[in-house]
Amino acid sequence: MSDPRYSIGIDLGTTHCALSYVDLAASDGEKTEQQVMPVTQLTAPGAIEDLDLLPSFLYLPHESELTPGDLALPWTGERTFAVGEMARSRGAGTPIRLVSSAKSWLCHPGVDRRAAILPSDAPPEVARVSPLESSVRYLTHLREAWNHAHPEAPFDQQEITVTIPASFDPAARELTAEAANAAGYGQMTLLEEPQAALYSWIQKSTGGWRKQVKVGDIILVVDVGGGTTDLSLIAVIEREGNLELHRVAVGDHILLGGDNMDLALAHVVARKLASHGTQADPWQLRALTYACRGAKETLLSDPSTDAVPLVVPSRGSKLIGGSIRTELTRDELTQTILEGFFPQVDSSARPMTRTRAGLTQLGLPYAQDAGITRHLAAFLGRQVAALAELQGTQALGQLPLEASATFLHPTAVLFNGGVFKSPLLVDRIMSTLNGWLTADGAAPARLLEGADLDLAVARGAAYYGYVKRGRGVRIRGGTARAYYVAIESAMPAVPGMEPPISALCVAPFGMEEGTDAPLPEQEFGLVVGEPVHFRFFGSSVRRLDQVGTMLDYWSPEELQELEEIEASLPAEGRTVGEVVPVKLHARVTEAGTLELEAIPRGTNERWKVEFDVRGGAQG
Amino acid sequence: MTEPNVSLLGRLSLAFGTFFSILGDGDFAASVLRLRSGAAPTPAPAPAAAPVAAPAPAPAPVVIKEATPEAALQLLGLLQRDARFIDFVEEDIAKYSDADIGAAARLVHDGCRATLREHFTIQPVRDEAEGSRVTINEGFDATAIRLTGNVVGKAPFSGSISHRGWRVADVRLPKLTQSHDATVLAPAEVEL
Repeated sequence: MSDPRYSIGIDLGTTHCALSYVDLAASDGEKTEQQVMPVTQLTAPGAIEDLDLLPSFLYLPHESELTPGDLALPWTGERTFAVGEMARSRGAGTPIRLVSSAKSWLCHPGVDRRAAILPSDAPPEVARVSPLESSVRYLTHLREAWNHAHPEAPFDQQEITVTIPASFDPAARELTAEAANAAGYGQMTLLEEPQAALYSWIQKSTGGWRKQVKVGDIILVVDVGGGTTDLSLIAVIEREGNLELHRVAVGDHILLGGDNMDLALAHVVARKLASHGTQADPWQLRALTYACRGAKETLLSDPSTDAVPLVVPSRGSKLIGGSIRTELTRDELTQTILEGFFPQVDSSARPMTRTRAGLTQLGLPYAQDAGITRHLAAFLGRQVAALAELQGTQALGQLPLEASATFLHPTAVLFNGGVFKSPLLVDRIMSTLNGWLTADGAAPARLLEGADLDLAVARGAAYYGYVKRGRGVRIRGGTARAYYVAIESAMPAVPGMEPPISALCVAPFGMEEGTDAPLPEQEFGLVVGEPVHFRFFGSSVRRLDQVGTMLDYWSPEELQELEEIEASLPAEGRTVGEVVPVKLHARVTEAGTLELEAIPRGTNERWKVEFDVRGGAQG
Repeated sequence: MTEPNVSLLGRLSLAFGTFFSILGDGDFAASVLRLRSGAAPTPAPAPAAAPVAAPAPAPAPVVIKEATPEAALQLLGLLQRDARFIDFVEEDIAKYSDADIGAAARLVHDGCRATLREHFTIQPVRDEAEGSRVTINEGFDATAIRLTGNVVGKAPFSGSISHRGWRVADVRLPKLTQSHDATVLAPAEVEL
């Protein structure tokens, strides 16, 4: 492979994808030559446009729905499906053929991610696709659009970075890497979205960031996308005279985003309409959601407006007679968005969880508590001790640690995501956070200005591909969790009780890309020719556990159960049924995925241990 | 042009490029017209290339440009899709109150504005405020500036701007596939 000409960053979002690229040859130091590629896509049958964003929607048309050629793209006439803007607008009228939020399905532990299950409410005659396959199609479209626009620089020969939520578990990371591989991405690296947002902020400041942050800063990145909320903490320390960034903690996976807010507003308005005797049908509710998005943006960005008129057009050609008129008032907005999604709570507040009803519908596991500030409080509270280890080993006393803190104190906040174009929401989070800090006796945190809220992730990813080649500051941190497998404790069985389990650490916290964990002493018996399942756990707080550490007790806060892992030894050279002792070895690949291998005693053989993504094990 | 057989893909891209060149470049459009009417078997012009130097046949008569309906139809389709423009204009508004019409007009206005801003870059011809005095020098572009009122004497002319004018700096209409029928501005919708 020849040296790449470009570093390409791809934001594979829940609702939108974007592609940005840095010209490696034309960039030098902090001066980078960067573009966002407008993505060629269908916007209506037979109409092709170049848009900055590719909506992450896949439409599976009926064979007689379109005329031949309606799905043709400049580079292929063979498509039987549509992705992008046309998929979104077409799918609004025919939701049973529309795949949306594929990324949320990709990390849904309750379903088989490789099985054709989407759209989840499609009738039997629609040929469904898997969450993995839909991601492959978006990524493939981006690759083809690139190759069409840049025939001189083939996509698979460039440096490629694909972003994922920081909260993605190892299985979801692996599936994303698998999708990229299937989409023909040669060399690809995964990057966490909040990190990408920070990289973009650094790049945009062209060196000025060094004046805006100082040694000892703890940067909180709050990234609210269309479908997910992602939190990360990044510490600024100094080593050998250079500023260094360390990602010290990431939040849980929260399925809650801007789309939920629009939908919540639409329901508020629909209730208001219903009380006046107008019942909105599903089509009108969708139109109302769209109108609410615009009204929300107006009210959030212009504090002098008290109400925005909403008009839901009639479906028929009688526009004036059939339209529904209403309005969205500031009170409704404040009640729904500010109090509903960003309530002013104490730092001790925690998200409410209800036990799910016995039979839950097979849908996405949306966050049960919409209060983003409560999720933030829980995250900072859980991570109160996150800096101790860094302070001891590398920061050497540079971080402002307070022994009496009840939660981790950020000193600066970077926002990402279109919802934060609203100064009201930024103010609400800042004032809530600063209220907590004051109550805890700490100085208020400051806002890092100048972020590009819409395209930061793609831009930051492309910039990361550039700094990875040694030309700029890198965020260090490695894996944000330690990983454990469950082993049964050697205790006498108590009738009626599950045998107690212990958790053995196989991969410590903070493993960097391209590193291996040492081999643990503990061996497991694998039955040749039969898949063996292990329960698998992750911890975002136990930073000091080394490979081989055995936990007999842990609180639910400390260890979260992930999907099971499955090891199988093929029969080659062994008898089926024989029990072979193996060690479990962990490594983090260059791409950024966690790989587990089983190594039989006394051999150099390595057998891959798979994450079970078939949805049996619910964490 | 070195290849006598252009592939389908090549032809498609040539067709698109040529389509926009015709729209944007009068001279080029004229040469294509000549080419089509078989007047001069000139080599096929390159897509989106600089105006082809026509093998100037003695003082040509003024070419009257034939308006191409595709782009106009396309724009009507976009205005209908995003602004319900045709629904609005085709509806009999006599029986509705101003408030009802106003509500619909809001929708149409929002949509029209979004459509225009997305597909065109529209700028005023003159940046000065309306009402301000300006001097129009000799050799001004009579297409872009229309003199009215007491039009006598010679340039430079002095007068006040009554309308700033509008010009399109950039057109970004969607490209259409060959099979697309632009005369259907909005398909009939049948809910099953």
